[in-house]
Amino acid sequence: MATKVTSAVMRQGLRVLGVAIRTEKAVFSAAVLSSSLYGGMTVASAWALGWATENVVLPAFGQGDITAAALWTGVLLIVGTALLKAVGVAGRRILAGVLQYRMQARSRRDVTKQYLRLPLAWHHQHPTGQLLSNASADAEAAWAPLAPLPMAVGVVVMLFTAAVAMLITDPVLALVGFLIFPAIAVLNLVYQRKLSPLATHAQQLRAEVSEIAHESFDGALVVKTLGREDLETERFRRRAHELRDANIAVGRVRGLFDPMLEALPTLGVLIVLMVGAMRLSGGSINSGELVQVAYLFTLLSFPIRALGWVLAELPRSVVGWQRVQAVLEAKGSMEYGEAGLRGGAPAGLQVSGLSYAYGAAEVLHDVSFEVPAGRTVALVGPTGSGKSTLVQTLVRLVDPVKGEVLLDGVDLREIAYGGIPDMVALVPQQTFLFDDTVRGNITLGLEVSDEEVWAALRLAQADGFVAKLPSGLDTRVGERGTTLSGGQRQRVALARALVRRPRLLILDDATSSVDPQVEARILHGLRDALNVSEAESRPGEEGSTVVVVAYRLATISLADEVVYLDRGSVVDRGTHEELLERCPGYRNLVTAYEREEAERAAIAAEEEEVVA
Amino acid sequence: MSVVFQGAERSALATVRRGLSFTPEFRKGLVGTLVLAIVATIGKIIVPIAVQQTIDTGLKSGTPDLPYITRALVLCAAAVVITALCGYVMNVRLYKATESSLATLRVRGFRHVHDLSVLTQNSERRGALVSRVTNDIDQISNFMQWGGLMIIVACGQVLVATGLMFVYSWQLTLLVWICFIPLLVALPRFQRWLSSAYTTVRERTGDMLAAVSESVVGAAVIRAYGSERRTAERIDTAINANRSAQIRAQKIVGMVFPLTEIVAAVAIAGIVLLGVRLGVSGDISAGRLVAFLFLVTLFVSPLQIATEVLNEAQNAVAGWRRVLGVLDTPPDVADPGDEGVELPRGPISVAFEDVHFAYPDGAPVLHELSVAIPPRTRIAVVGETGSGKTTFAKLLTRLMDPVEGRVTVDGHDLRDVRFSSLRERIVMVPQDGFLFDGALADNIRFGKPSATDEEITTALTELGLADWLEGLPYGLATPVGQRGESLSAGERQLVALARAYLADPDLLLLDEATSAVDPATEVRLARALEGVTRGRTAISIAHRLSTAENADEVFVFDAGRLVQRGPHASLVAEPGVYADLHASWISSAHS
Ligand SMILES: Nc1ncnc2c1ncn2[C@@H]1O[C@H](COP(=O)(O)OP(=O)(O)O)[C@@H](O)[C@H]1O
Ligand SMILES: Nc1ncnc2c1ncn2[C@@H]1O[C@H](COP(=O)(O)OP(=O)(O)O)[C@@H](O)[C@H]1O
Ligand SMILES: [Mg+2]
Ligand SMILES: [Mg+2]
Repeated sequence: MATKVTSAVMRQGLRVLGVAIRTEKAVFSAAVLSSSLYGGMTVASAWALGWATENVVLPAFGQGDITAAALWTGVLLIVGTALLKAVGVAGRRILAGVLQYRMQARSRRDVTKQYLRLPLAWHHQHPTGQLLSNASADAEAAWAPLAPLPMAVGVVVMLFTAAVAMLITDPVLALVGFLIFPAIAVLNLVYQRKLSPLATHAQQLRAEVSEIAHESFDGALVVKTLGREDLETERFRRRAHELRDANIAVGRVRGLFDPMLEALPTLGVLIVLMVGAMRLSGGSINSGELVQVAYLFTLLSFPIRALGWVLAELPRSVVGWQRVQAVLEAKGSMEYGEAGLRGGAPAGLQVSGLSYAYGAAEVLHDVSFEVPAGRTVALVGPTGSGKSTLVQTLVRLVDPVKGEVLLDGVDLREIAYGGIPDMVALVPQQTFLFDDTVRGNITLGLEVSDEEVWAALRLAQADGFVAKLPSGLDTRVGERGTTLSGGQRQRVALARALVRRPRLLILDDATSSVDPQVEARILHGLRDALNVSEAESRPGEEGSTVVVVAYRLATISLADEVVYLDRGSVVDRGTHEELLERCPGYRNLVTAYEREEAERAAIAAEEEEVVA
Repeated sequence: MSVVFQGAERSALATVRRGLSFTPEFRKGLVGTLVLAIVATIGKIIVPIAVQQTIDTGLKSGTPDLPYITRALVLCAAAVVITALCGYVMNVRLYKATESSLATLRVRGFRHVHDLSVLTQNSERRGALVSRVTNDIDQISNFMQWGGLMIIVACGQVLVATGLMFVYSWQLTLLVWICFIPLLVALPRFQRWLSSAYTTVRERTGDMLAAVSESVVGAAVIRAYGSERRTAERIDTAINANRSAQIRAQKIVGMVFPLTEIVAAVAIAGIVLLGVRLGVSGDISAGRLVAFLFLVTLFVSPLQIATEVLNEAQNAVAGWRRVLGVLDTPPDVADPGDEGVELPRGPISVAFEDVHFAYPDGAPVLHELSVAIPPRTRIAVVGETGSGKTTFAKLLTRLMDPVEGRVTVDGHDLRDVRFSSLRERIVMVPQDGFLFDGALADNIRFGKPSATDEEITTALTELGLADWLEGLPYGLATPVGQRGESLSAGERQLVALARAYLADPDLLLLDEATSAVDPATEVRLARALEGVTRGRTAISIAHRLSTAENADEVFVFDAGRLVQRGPHASLVAEPGVYADLHASWISSAHS
């Protein structure tokens, strides 16, 4: 990773700056113009002071009198240059900000657009924390050098003007400047070279400290229930102390170089005075010119550091930019076809030869089954057998590695962008609610009336508690829905799917946090709603094809067919009765409670016999 | 939002004083550091003095007095080197002192957050708690190392410059101050603008991060419901609002910053005007007048950065207030520590005596709960969602304290039992199987840090999970991902259960801990647990009533009351809440 100001990093860094300059040409030019004005006027103000000294102050002391014209010219020069300089400074600062923040915002928008565009498989491979810092810290770091950049350009102008001004004044004094200013620049470079790896290290540790705190507070309940506070504190302490040491290391370098960078120009002024005094005795310069050069040194000593600031930010900027770029250039975006699927009728689903892998680990092997339109299929299988993964392929959250998923005979990959969500709704196993109102969470921007929202809530058995919320549908649910209980969140998520009257409805263990009575009511409601399709189908009110991941017999009994999945393969499919008969794994799974009960009863009976 | 963390309404000074009382490392050697800082500041007036000496003494006679000038300048150079050295020593001391003390504060804050009760923790966003031990502390450290130092240096600089000016000419000193006073008066106002602008920036940044994080955390839902465009709009709005706020703040800084330059120029022009007049009447020498021009520049940089320094000071005080807000929030469910009782391991008996509970600002959730759980019993707790089961569990594990009444273990009030002892004896497995990012083995080992891989494998085997473990591609080394998200939901719960099992408590409490696990595995687990926890107490809260059928006793909760208790067989026989629950369970779980 780039942590040092090497020439390679410099080159890359300048390329990054080039990108910003090209993108925001107008702002950058205006900023540079302002900054040049500032640079020029800084030198001019020293010159004005020198002029005033030579033409106003010293004559006045020498002759005991001075013309009003000279006096007011001096005043005008001093105030005038200062006003122009102030305009330059204001312009430089404001425009540098505009430049930096615009670029940051642009990167952030691009990065998040990419997050929304990239397939879920890509998300699976990148930790959440990393993606968040790509959009925040990295986008910030990438464009951080833009803040001091205009000033640095202005400083270059300033140095150039100063060099010319000094040369005109006196070549020998100029020579002092030509020695001192490069020395400051070199010292600055050495400073930034020493500092930047240390600063990057500290930055890295700061991120790690924050990550530990985040994870630890996220898991606070686990830490508490197991009484592991000491262990966690120790973990945090180690990293916090590393951070402390890293910051002290940074402090040592800063502490050494900052005073040196202040002392060097001061020594420069002393040398100027010394040399100047000698030149004065030789009559090569006058006192006004001496004052002018000395004053110039005082004025230049601080801004010249801006060159170092840009350099200092470059390594961080390069790293940030590379990370942002990695997201922007990420391949594997989903390609969409042209096919549109119309009509409100339930959709038929066909899965054939489907395999899926997370990285190298294949978790679905050659899965095939179909769900005729209007039918309900239950996906049953042990924990970790791949059910949730399979349903993700059914709504094209991920594309299969091999095989295909057909909806009404059309491969999902052929369907136009936005086509699938229009007809398929998935209620995932892990409920996710947005920090929005209940209504917003259900409609997700879909144009539906409140009546329809309430109808969906009723079907999900959520109308009762939503009606009791302080502002009903307008109640905000908080970050990830924290203000609701697990079972309530699940029911809102269910309503979100139902309100869409999807042609294919997919439920992934969507009632696990709901108690059996409520679950029974949901299932009854669903059954009635679904039966509409068979009995009195009115246009727009046809039922759905349903795929449901379930363990409970009540849910399974809603299904026309069961697909039994184990370790990523379809072991058997058929009606519940058929599977019960011929598939031992399935039987074992769904009758677990009954068998358990039966065994208990048998044991109890035996015990009673023994007693009797 | 936060119902706690009060007591933060202290004055700035009191806040800083209290903050420093937490960081003794900082106060140690502070005086020495300050003295060094002041010496370092004196370095700033060397140039004006050198200029004055050169012009007034060295150049007085018309021809320069080179030996005198050389002597004076060498002396000045020596002073520059000495003050730079002081600067170096001062910096290093300051960094060491601040970083050490803030690291201590960070760790204390972290620990304190964990010591707070669950309810207190939940009253704040997680991100906000993280800020207390990261950004807020960084803000304090920025101030101590830069802003605070700047205040000292800047005040020193202005004072020393004024002193020297006064020696040279009181009239001109007065003039300079008259020029700068309006700026000084306006400073607090500028600072208020800036601080309100920065507050907006911070809020917008928070909104932006929240919006961005939804696009990542909610990726699956966004795709499944095709709401990419809507989400993108929300995010863009947040990003743009953040940008506008940043630019607005920058405008204020950009406008205020150069004002000082203008004032300084006016002051300099005034010095020339008045100085020449004074010079003519012989009240001031030329060198002193020129030195004044240099001295005025010493006023510029302190005033230029003053608004930002003041703003940083305000931020630091606010940061300190927030950190203290956490540290001063008493852990309302506190560990009695060494004064507490240490309970010997072994069979455990628990009792609720007239327990009432209500969440802060909430209606009562548990009423008059009195129940005793003898040692070695297996209890099932059932009831509708919201009936108070989890609340019961949290009281039993002392995640919360009852509002009235008491909970006892082996006859001791829970509040008197040391946490170390309590957490060893009673462990709860919550429904959400939170895992730490790392290997499977490390997560299970969290239950018993000294456990070897063999012990972990044995534990999984005892729980009947050996097959599952074998099926995992990397076995115990399988990475679980952030929050365990690379495992399936059911697998996460298995790991959480194994973790608690390895901790080997006398009372194991499962709160819907296997809700996402398949029935066969669940039954196998229940059986395994029954076998291995024989002689211990096991309490399980579950919607699947199979657990209840196997329990020694069933507790039935309804609307915050324990309405029925007894063995399954007798409860099903009598009409009531349990019989109803059971009926719907039977119809859902049986063919
Ligand atoms: N994001 C992921 N990264 C890597 N492996 C995963 C991920 N999600 C699930 N898996 C693995 O894939 C397998 C199937 O998981 P899943 O489909 O969630 O199972 P189910 O829903 O049937 O319980 C499990 O072994 C699990 O560990
Ligand atoms: N943190 C909380 N703040 C306020 N009220 C809560 C909180 N947690 C739970 N409750 C309320 O307390 C009641 C009981 O909740 P809980 O014990 O979680 O029920 P159960 O576990 O039986 O589903 C519910 O009405 C719930 O809304
Ligand atoms: Mg699953
Ligand atoms: Mg609960």
